[in-house]
Amino acid sequence: MPKLLEVSKLCASYGATQVLYDVDFSLEAGHITAILGANGAGKTTTLRALCQTVRTSGSIQFEGQQLVGKATESVVRLGVAHVPDGRGTFTALSVEENLRLGAYARKDRAGVAADLEKMYQRFPRLKERRHQQAGTLSGGEQQMLAISRALMLSPRLLLLDEPSFGLAPLIVAEIFRIMRTINQEDKVSMLLVEQNASLALDLADHAYLLETGRVALSGPSAKIKSDESVRRAYLGY
Amino acid sequence: MEAFLQQIFSGLANGGIYASVALALVMIYQSTHHINFAQGEMATFSTFIAWALMQAGWPYWAAFFVTIAISFAGGLLIQRIILKPVEKAPVLTNVIVFIGLLVIFNALAGWIFEHTIKAFPSPFPKDTILQTRYFNAHDFGSIGVMLCVLMALYAFLRFTPVGLAMRAAAQNPDSARLVGIRVSWMLAMGWGLAAAIGAVAGMMIAPVVYLDPNMMSGILLYGFAAALLGGIDNPWGAVIGGFIVGVLENLLGAYVIGTELKLTVALVLIVGTLTLKPNGLFGKVVVTRV
Repeated sequence: MPKLLEVSKLCASYGATQVLYDVDFSLEAGHITAILGANGAGKTTTLRALCQTVRTSGSIQFEGQQLVGKATESVVRLGVAHVPDGRGTFTALSVEENLRLGAYARKDRAGVAADLEKMYQRFPRLKERRHQQAGTLSGGEQQMLAISRALMLSPRLLLLDEPSFGLAPLIVAEIFRIMRTINQEDKVSMLLVEQNASLALDLADHAYLLETGRVALSGPSAKIKSDESVRRAYLGY
Repeated sequence: MEAFLQQIFSGLANGGIYASVALALVMIYQSTHHINFAQGEMATFSTFIAWALMQAGWPYWAAFFVTIAISFAGGLLIQRIILKPVEKAPVLTNVIVFIGLLVIFNALAGWIFEHTIKAFPSPFPKDTILQTRYFNAHDFGSIGVMLCVLMALYAFLRFTPVGLAMRAAAQNPDSARLVGIRVSWMLAMGWGLAAAIGAVAGMMIAPVVYLDPNMMSGILLYGFAAALLGGIDNPWGAVIGGFIVGVLENLLGAYVIGTELKLTVALVLIVGTLTLKPNGLFGKVVVTRV
């Protein structure tokens, strides 16, 4: 079975500072994959490299298309949705406007309207607040909005940057539960970056471990989770 | 008393013009955080295009709308060709480019259409009910046109997908790219709209001040004062600011400082706003959670 995403020799840098060194990894269609690692390991940069918001070299094959060298807008239009760190909410716009923007690259109006309804069903809180300025939502609601906005693209691949960041454990559990549903029902493949390793490994099928910009380890999540030495050395729990 | 009312009403009419110039400035400021110093000269050039079309025998409203379309396309092209290369450059680079554009358009207008002062027709005939005691027909008409422009702009930004995308791109360009919006084209759209609004302002003021290549230089200053007073990031503020500046300018000119010093009103307002209330009267406060 062909891979959804095939990354090889990926390097990324901010100005003179190189962050990723020859990173190789691949994603299976329909799976959830996690990227783990300490602060500064290059997790967020990996997602940014996939969206081409940082200078990159190497190869990123997404469904037969080379992403390196493409404009961010063009990558998105291929069906790669990104929930960036800090959520990237349009704070001065309303909740509904944020969701509509998520579908900006789509042309099928009926599909967009149906998906909007679906998001409201999935996140009733967003429906209650549809006309409210997005900046006034709570942290958890904003994260739900960010995920829904990304889903409005009807993406083939969803990139999630620390969806648990700064949220109460109960909210985190709810968001992760919904992410699993989305993966199973809508068949959206996901690449998840997380600090909270145990949470991510519970959700993901497969995981990669980054260490100072290089892949240190990879394997099925169950295996990584059960490996005592790996857990101590890299995951710190 | 009658003279006083007349001063207020003609101030409102001028205010409409300042408001549209301010609106054009705000359109570009919102998305780039730059003040386009060439806005006035671009508007003058557009007005010359309308004048040339009418000289060639076109009826007023045909020339009016075609000029708006040409100006929109022109603004779009200027952004694409001249400003795109300096999109990420420091502010000063952009300022120099704006001043360059100002000189170029001023010189081009003089070169092509000559420096002699020309009469520009008003589309609002004097002998209608628009002509009242306090208001002459053109004042009334230009306020109407100005309000139409404002409403059309509001509807465009509020109710169309492209308008929404423009607002998103202005507010958070990085996130806008992540939902597939071509941000750089949205800036170009902003320039196109600003040029079109400027063209309307030019065509509305030309019958009052007569058409020559330097027609807008003073008006841009009033427009700038209006935009700052109203809050440079707020289109509604810019419009209200325009009317306030128009009325103040007229009243102070007539009763306090005399017409020779009218332009000083604009300068005092600019300096005053920046020192006392930098965000302007209606500058937006965005609510965000940390």
